[in-house]
Amino acid sequence: MIAPLLSLTLLGLALGTLLGVAARYLRVEQNPLQGEIEEMLPGSQCGQCGYPGCSAAAAAVAAGEAAVTLCPPGGRALVEQLAAKLGVSVDLAAIQDQGPRVAYIHERRCTGCTKCLKRCPTDAILGASRMIHAVIPDACTGCNKCYEACPQGCIEMRPLPITVPQWYWPKPVPAL
Amino acid sequence: MKLFKIRGGVHPEDRKGLSSERPIEPIPLPHLLHVPLLQHVGAAANPAVHRGQTVRKGDLLAERQGVISAPVHAPTSGRVVGIGRYPANHPSGLSVPTITLQPDGEDRWSDALVGTDDPFALPPEEIAARVAAAGIVGMGGATFPAAVKLNLRQRYRLHTLVINGSECEPYLTCDDRLIREQSEQVLDGVRIMAHALGVGHIIVAIESNKPEALAAMRAAATGRAEIEIAALPTRYPMGSERHLVFTLTGRESPARGLTADIGVVVHNPATAFAVHEALRHGRPLVERVVTVTGAAIARPANLRVPLGTPVAHLIEQSGGLREAPARLISGGPMMGQPLPSTRVPIVKGSNGVLALTAQEVNRREPMPCIRCGSCVGACPCGLVPLELVARTRAADLEGAVRLGLMDCIGCGSCAYTCPAHIPLVQYINYAKGEMAARGRARHKQIETKRLAELRSARLEAAKRAKREAMARRKRQQQAKAEGETPPLGNAEVGTNAEARP
Repeated sequence: MIAPLLSLTLLGLALGTLLGVAARYLRVEQNPLQGEIEEMLPGSQCGQCGYPGCSAAAAAVAAGEAAVTLCPPGGRALVEQLAAKLGVSVDLAAIQDQGPRVAYIHERRCTGCTKCLKRCPTDAILGASRMIHAVIPDACTGCNKCYEACPQGCIEMRPLPITVPQWYWPKPVPAL
Repeated sequence: MKLFKIRGGVHPEDRKGLSSERPIEPIPLPHLLHVPLLQHVGAAANPAVHRGQTVRKGDLLAERQGVISAPVHAPTSGRVVGIGRYPANHPSGLSVPTITLQPDGEDRWSDALVGTDDPFALPPEEIAARVAAAGIVGMGGATFPAAVKLNLRQRYRLHTLVINGSECEPYLTCDDRLIREQSEQVLDGVRIMAHALGVGHIIVAIESNKPEALAAMRAAATGRAEIEIAALPTRYPMGSERHLVFTLTGRESPARGLTADIGVVVHNPATAFAVHEALRHGRPLVERVVTVTGAAIARPANLRVPLGTPVAHLIEQSGGLREAPARLISGGPMMGQPLPSTRVPIVKGSNGVLALTAQEVNRREPMPCIRCGSCVGACPCGLVPLELVARTRAADLEGAVRLGLMDCIGCGSCAYTCPAHIPLVQYINYAKGEMAARGRARHKQIETKRLAELRSARLEAAKRAKREAMARRKRQQQAKAEGETPPLGNAEVGTNAEARP
C-alpha cells in the first residue's frame, strides 16, 4: 500500500519540478514592448503598413525594423506617441500628414454587392444586398480596403472636410 | 465695494469716443438675410422649415440638436429662399449650414409669441426652458447657450450673479449704449436670471470709463438692496470672466474649472436684455446691437441689426468707407478675428465690426526675442508667454502644455506689449488648436480600436454559432443513422458543443 503511494508522489514531484524549470528556461521570448505598441495602434488590421495586421506591425516596430511613421491611419498623433514610447526623435514638422481621408460611395454606380461592407474593419459602411451603401464618415479610418474591393469602382477616397469648429490658425511663419 | 487687483493686463487707448455718443439706431432691412445655423458653441441647429415657406418674425427656422445647442429664429417676416451653405462669420472663410430669408418688408411678428406678466412666479426650470427656446446665447462673444448656464444651480452652490458690463475691448460701445438706453429692461432681465439661478446677490460691474452707463444702472437699481453696482478700474482684460470674478470677490476660479466652482455665474448685459425680451414679450433672439467703427468708417455707429444681415450692409448704413481699410475685424481689436469678406452675416456673437486703417493697425515686422520679460509682466494668467512660444516654435507642444498652455485665455496682452512685435498670442492660439486636433485624433483612434474589436468579436461569434449549428446537425444525423431517438433538448446539445474547443 505504501510503496505505490510513495512512488507516485515522488514521480509527481519530480515531473512537476522538471516542468517548472523548463517553463523558466525554455520560455519563448516576447518583447513586452510589442504588446504596448499594439495597444497604441488602431487595430483595424488594414495592412497599409505592409505588415499582415497590427500585431505584426507592432513586432516590427518593437524590433526596430520599421519606422515609427509606418501607420498612415494613425497619423501624426500616433507617430508622436510611438516616438515618445521608443525614445526616438522624429521631426514632426517634416512628416507630411496627408490629412485624414474617408471613403465616399458614388450612389449612381453602387450596385449593392456588399463586398465593401464585408471588408470594412470598423463596420463603417452601411448597406444590404442590392441596396445602395453609404459610409459613416465618423467611423471610417481611410484604410482603403473597400476602395480595393469595389468591383464597380464607385468608391472614392476623399479628404475629410474641415469644419468651422475644428478649424484653427496655422503656425505663424517666423520672419527670422 | 472692495475690489481686488488682478495681476498683469495692459491699458490700450480705448478709442470708444468714435461711437460712444451715437445712440442705437435701427437699420433698413437688407435685400437678403443669411441666417447661419451654427451661431453658438455646440451642435448646429437642424432646419425646421422648407424652401419657399413663408415665415413671420420670430418663427422657428431651425431647432436645437442636443443640450449644448441653440435654436435659430426668423429675424424678420418673409420667404425662405434657400437652405444650404454660406460663408460663416469666421476667419477661416469656411461655409456653414445657412437658411437664406428674403424679407417681405413688413417685419411682422408672429402671433404665436406670448410673454408673461410675472416671470418671478415661474419656476426656475421654466425660465431656463424659455431662454433655451428663445435661442439665447452668451452675447459677449463666447456664444455659449445661456440656458445651460442658468441651469448650473443643479450642480453647483451658487450665491452671486455678476453682470459683465466691463466691455474692456477698445472701440466697442454696444453694451455701453444698451445699458445707457435700456437700463430698466437690462435690469429686469438681470433680476429674472437671478431668480432662475436662485441667487440673492447681484453685482453689475462696469468699467469706470463708462460713467453714463454706471449712472444709468445706479438710477435703475435704486431701492433694490440685492443689487450692487461696481465701478471697475479700466484695464484690459477686465472682461475675462475669471479675472472679473477675482476683481469682485478676491477668489480665483480653479484652473480649467468654471466660476460656478466658487459660486459665481457671469452673464453679459446684452444677454440679460435678450432674457427680458424672451420672458416679458415671448420674443426670441433675432437681433442685436453691433458697433460699427474704426477710422476707415465714415460715420461710426451703434446699430440694432437683424441677425443674418451682411456686414457690407452695416458698413453702407454707417456712411460707407472713408478709405480702403487695412483690416476688417469682427469683434474688438484685441481678441476679434479678421473677416474673410463683407458678404458674411452678423451672428449672435458679433459685437463689433471694425474697419481699421493702416495707421491704427500699426503692423511691424517681428524682431528676435531678447527675453525682456514684458510679456511675463503683462500676462494676466501668470504664464511665461515667451517660453510657451519658444516651445511652440520648436514643435514641443507637450512642453508648452506643461508650462500652462491650456490656462492661457488668449487675451493678447503679451503680443500687445511685446517690444519686438512677436505674434505671441498667434503662436499660442495655433498651439491650442493643434493640441485640440491631436485630442480629436486620439479620440478617433480609440473609437477605431473599439469598433475593430467589436467587429472581430461579432465575426468570432458568428463563426462559433455556425460551428455549433454544424455540430448539432451532425449529431442529429448520427442519431438518425443509428436508428435511435434524437437527443431531447437542443439546449443540452448546444452546451455540449460549446464545451468542446
